Amino acid sequence: MSADTLAGAADRPGEGATGQGFRILGHGIRLQWRMFSIAVLGSLVYGALTVADAWVLGWATDHVIVPSFERGRLETGLALVTVGLFVAVATLRALGVIARRLIGGLVYYRLQAQYRRAVTRRYLELPMSWHHRHPTGQLLSNANADVEATWGVMMPLPMALGVVAMLVFAVVAMLFADVVLTLVGLVVFPLLFVINVGYQRLLSPRVARAQQLRAVTSEVAHESFDGSLVVATLGRAAAETERFARVSYQLRDANISAGRIRSVFDPVLEALPSIGVLLVVALGVERVMSGAAEPGDVVQVAYLFTVIAFPVRAFGWVLGELPRSVVGWRRVRAVLDATGEATYGTERLPGDGPLSLSVDHVGYRYPDSSTAVLRGVVVDVEPGRTVALVGLTGAGKSTLSSLLIRLFDPTEGSIKVDGVDLRALSHESLAGAVALVPQHTFLFDDTVRENVTLGLPVDDSEILEALAVAQAQGFVQALPGGIDSRLGERGTTLSGGQRQRLALARALVRRPRLLLMDDATSALDPDVEARILAALREHSRAGGATVLVVAYRKATIALADEVLFLRDGRIVDRGPHAELVARSAAYRDIVDAYDTAREAHVDGEVRP
Amino acid sequence: MSALVSPAVTRSTISGGDAAGGWATLRRGLQLSPALREGLGVTLLLAVVATLGSSVIPVVIQRTLDEGLLGDTGVDRDRVWLYLGMAGVVVVVTAVAGYAMKYRLFRSSEQGLADLRIKAFRHVHDLPVLTQDTERRGALVSRVTSDVDQVSLFLQFSGLLVIISIGQLVVATAIMSFYSWQLTIVVWLCFLPLIISLRLTQPRMTRAYAKVRSSVGDMLSAVSEPVVGASVVRAHAIAGRTQARIDASIGANLSANIRAQRLVAVTFASAGLAGGLANGGVVVLGVLLGLAGELSIGGVVAFAFLVSLFVGPVTTATQVITEAQNAIASWRRVIGVLDTPADVVDPGEDGSALPTGPLPAQVRHVTYAYPSGPVVLRDVDVDIPARARIAVVGETGSGKTTFAKLLCRLMDPDQGHVTIGGVDLREVSFASLRGRVVMVPQEGFLFDATLAENLRYGKPGASARELRQAVEDLGLADWYAALPAGLDTEVGQRGESLSAGERQLVALVRAYLANPDLLVLDEATSAVDPQTELRITAALNRLLTGRTAVVIAHRLSTAEQADEILVFDGGRLAEKGNHHDLVGAGGTYARLHASWVAQSHLATG
Repeated sequence: MSADTLAGAADRPGEGATGQGFRILGHGIRLQWRMFSIAVLGSLVYGALTVADAWVLGWATDHVIVPSFERGRLETGLALVTVGLFVAVATLRALGVIARRLIGGLVYYRLQAQYRRAVTRRYLELPMSWHHRHPTGQLLSNANADVEATWGVMMPLPMALGVVAMLVFAVVAMLFADVVLTLVGLVVFPLLFVINVGYQRLLSPRVARAQQLRAVTSEVAHESFDGSLVVATLGRAAAETERFARVSYQLRDANISAGRIRSVFDPVLEALPSIGVLLVVALGVERVMSGAAEPGDVVQVAYLFTVIAFPVRAFGWVLGELPRSVVGWRRVRAVLDATGEATYGTERLPGDGPLSLSVDHVGYRYPDSSTAVLRGVVVDVEPGRTVALVGLTGAGKSTLSSLLIRLFDPTEGSIKVDGVDLRALSHESLAGAVALVPQHTFLFDDTVRENVTLGLPVDDSEILEALAVAQAQGFVQALPGGIDSRLGERGTTLSGGQRQRLALARALVRRPRLLLMDDATSALDPDVEARILAALREHSRAGGATVLVVAYRKATIALADEVLFLRDGRIVDRGPHAELVARSAAYRDIVDAYDTAREAHVDGEVRP
Repeated sequence: MSALVSPAVTRSTISGGDAAGGWATLRRGLQLSPALREGLGVTLLLAVVATLGSSVIPVVIQRTLDEGLLGDTGVDRDRVWLYLGMAGVVVVVTAVAGYAMKYRLFRSSEQGLADLRIKAFRHVHDLPVLTQDTERRGALVSRVTSDVDQVSLFLQFSGLLVIISIGQLVVATAIMSFYSWQLTIVVWLCFLPLIISLRLTQPRMTRAYAKVRSSVGDMLSAVSEPVVGASVVRAHAIAGRTQARIDASIGANLSANIRAQRLVAVTFASAGLAGGLANGGVVVLGVLLGLAGELSIGGVVAFAFLVSLFVGPVTTATQVITEAQNAIASWRRVIGVLDTPADVVDPGEDGSALPTGPLPAQVRHVTYAYPSGPVVLRDVDVDIPARARIAVVGETGSGKTTFAKLLCRLMDPDQGHVTIGGVDLREVSFASLRGRVVMVPQEGFLFDATLAENLRYGKPGASARELRQAVEDLGLADWYAALPAGLDTEVGQRGESLSAGERQLVALVRAYLANPDLLVLDEATSAVDPQTELRITAALNRLLTGRTAVVIAHRLSTAEQADEILVFDGGRLAEKGNHHDLVGAGGTYARLHASWVAQSHLATG
């Protein structure tokens, strides 16, 4: 089922919360109508057999108890039939319960699962800019607590619908007994409804606030745990706890505020049927006195009221869940309706071997920002060449490499590989041809093997080869399970340098035709880096990839045929390293910084 | 409560507390949230009143009908009105008691659980798993969010129903015994198999719900993958595979829920069966007792009706007790966090403060191994004089970062000890330690807030002027000027709207603002360009004159200028000395340095 189908129904702009709540119910029922019907059927069976229980008791009184007392003995057959009847009714009712609860649960949990899949699918489709704007904790909350809140109402729903049937039976039975008393009693039902509507009005905004704060709590917790190292090193645990306490107490207050409304209305709603019974009896007495009714009729109407008093509360449960459901739904919808997903074309890149790269007057500015990160960038790289991208921190290097793999799209200009616009390429084709090695990568809670292949069907020798080029085979072999060691479990914590090497292996195993390295060896020791560079040179000579490398070290730059010098979002110079050194002071300032410092230091030592 | 922590718990795992039974969890839970117990007596009393009220109302109504309407003398109007008046009063009292009880319950449970949530959150920050195990944080979040929510739902709705049902059972049993003690025993006997089977199925139920809760944790973990790792998923076009993993975790959660629901439905249904058996038994044995002269016809019929007073609450209680397993499983997980010992404990007010002035450090025979991992530091013995600039070098995995973390007491050594300013680190209160010993880790993590707010993590309450001054002091005015909104620039999730190098710059300014006496930089400039790096480190050197600095760097330009260089190799301190001596010695450092020089000179050389 597509996200559109899941999002499209159950919504009409500008309608009230209760209306929307019922629409969500209807939507959920439609999505799972088969199972839902079975659950409602179970509920009906349960309701009918609850009435049947009373009937069996009546039958037993008339046919077993009274005759046995009259005869002075209990016939064995009769005794067995009695027990059998009671047990049979109970068994059928138990089946009704199972249908209602188990199948009803199935409906609820399936809807949850269905929407969780839809929501997470959106996470995969929505662009990076959307992700940057939405806290991880909130997104976790959308997929978990909000989906749960949306469908929580489905649990008591079959029961409530069963109650409707019971009510109809009861009212018909009452009408047969005494029309006037029934009408008096029926005043209670509209009253129940009116009170419930008021209840929802008061409860809705409070529940909405609680649900929103629940997400904020999750956001704060997630971010705080994520930044635990910073929190620990700066001694901010107490301050972070205070931050968490603030939202926790807000959540507490919101829950108490909603709880107060519940505490007022729940007893009132429970008391109403009792008051109805009292009314019926009071009026009944008067009618019996005036001869308008028989005592038996009054008893029957009063009895029916007592019977339905409890189940009627199932309504309250449904109505009580509705505000939460509406709030959850709106939050889930916000994800399902979010737009801006990166769209990919259908074209594939023909041939193999290194790609040519052409960046044509590319500009980039972040959404809602007036400052351009990149301006009029023009780059042409011949297939098989290695180009170094050099610039100060914040000059736009990472942004440019992100554009080349379409983590973002340029706000101006276009990027082509082998003459094909990146936007025209299919996602698989782009990812198969271009690989980015970032400075910091995300590792999955999975084995080394899976983290390298990411599901790509490659054999062990290819994985080992990629690990070897990335200088990762040594530490991977030292792990307790080799390439099948699970990362993220105890003891298997990798250092920054080790993570970088896995990221590199992850890119290499895909045999990219354009390899982008965004300062991807920054956490490595000089030795290791030198070995990687040597292996990469080997690698690119053998099969060949066009390489764009963000670099500072001369060894890395030396690998490049050409250097692009990026400054304030523009390419200000390009050419072989030696030429740039010769003509650009700003370039020298960056690449010769260490030498200058060393000379200054040596001078300083030499001086007395 | 050592019983709650299985002996297998190590420093890097958090107990799910699976071993604890329901009652133990409940007791421990109440113990951890004192607010839950406050005024509990009054709340229970109100619950009793509300319970009695709701049980009495049908009885009063039945009496009214029996005596007032169907009496031998015809309709007794006065009696009816008297009874109705009484019933009216009971209804009102019940409602008022119901309100007071519910409100009190909401208040105390929300207070108690907010406290528990906060306590657990605080404790998570003390757990080393957080800093060591970066892949499973999503699962940890569920312990302070959805798990606590489950407990609150239970306390506010089901928990109360259990109490009310038990109250109603007592009332029903009392009324039944009044009519016939023999039949009361029959009723109880019919429910005995249910009670026994409940005890037998409870472990299964417990396991089923423990599975449900842990599947929620796994699911959150899986869902966090495409969220935290969005760029990897995008760059490698592995949306399909990632979705498959998430779908699998959603499916596991679905089937865990359904499995638990199956147990609940069956138990619930068997309560109904027991009710049917009780009804039949009462009629048959009631007749036999009646024939023996123990009961009247009316007595048997009345008793048969009374059974329903008993069946109702039993059914409710059964259902609720089984559903409570979910809450108990959640509660156990929250308690599991709190009962996982934090091995880095803040001595708090009992601790001592670091002496004022520049801080020296001594590392004495320190050995450290990650839990169930190999030894990463072995018998390291170092003296760091106050005001010294120390460089730490060595290959990846040689133990440099561990050394830095031990120096800041992010972990405690397995053997040996670390003293700063002459005080054993374990005795220093965090309030004193964290302000004066600051480490800047390699990955500059930023919070999703403005640049200013992130900088204020280093110095709470700093003015905008101070912040801008700090940026300037470190020679970052150019970089700052290019930011879209200056101090108000939003840095995005984890700071990801900035590049890795920029995040490191922010982290350095943040540390500078903290104004520490001992600064530890763990490759804190690895992603920064050389020019900016040198400018910022030179500025730091100048600004932090008189402070002690320990710098881990793989760009050996830093080492060249250090007072002393510590060279780590395979977890041991292999060499120490200044640049000249070590180069002359021709050991590990000389080799690393040669390779560094070769690299940074390749092109110009």
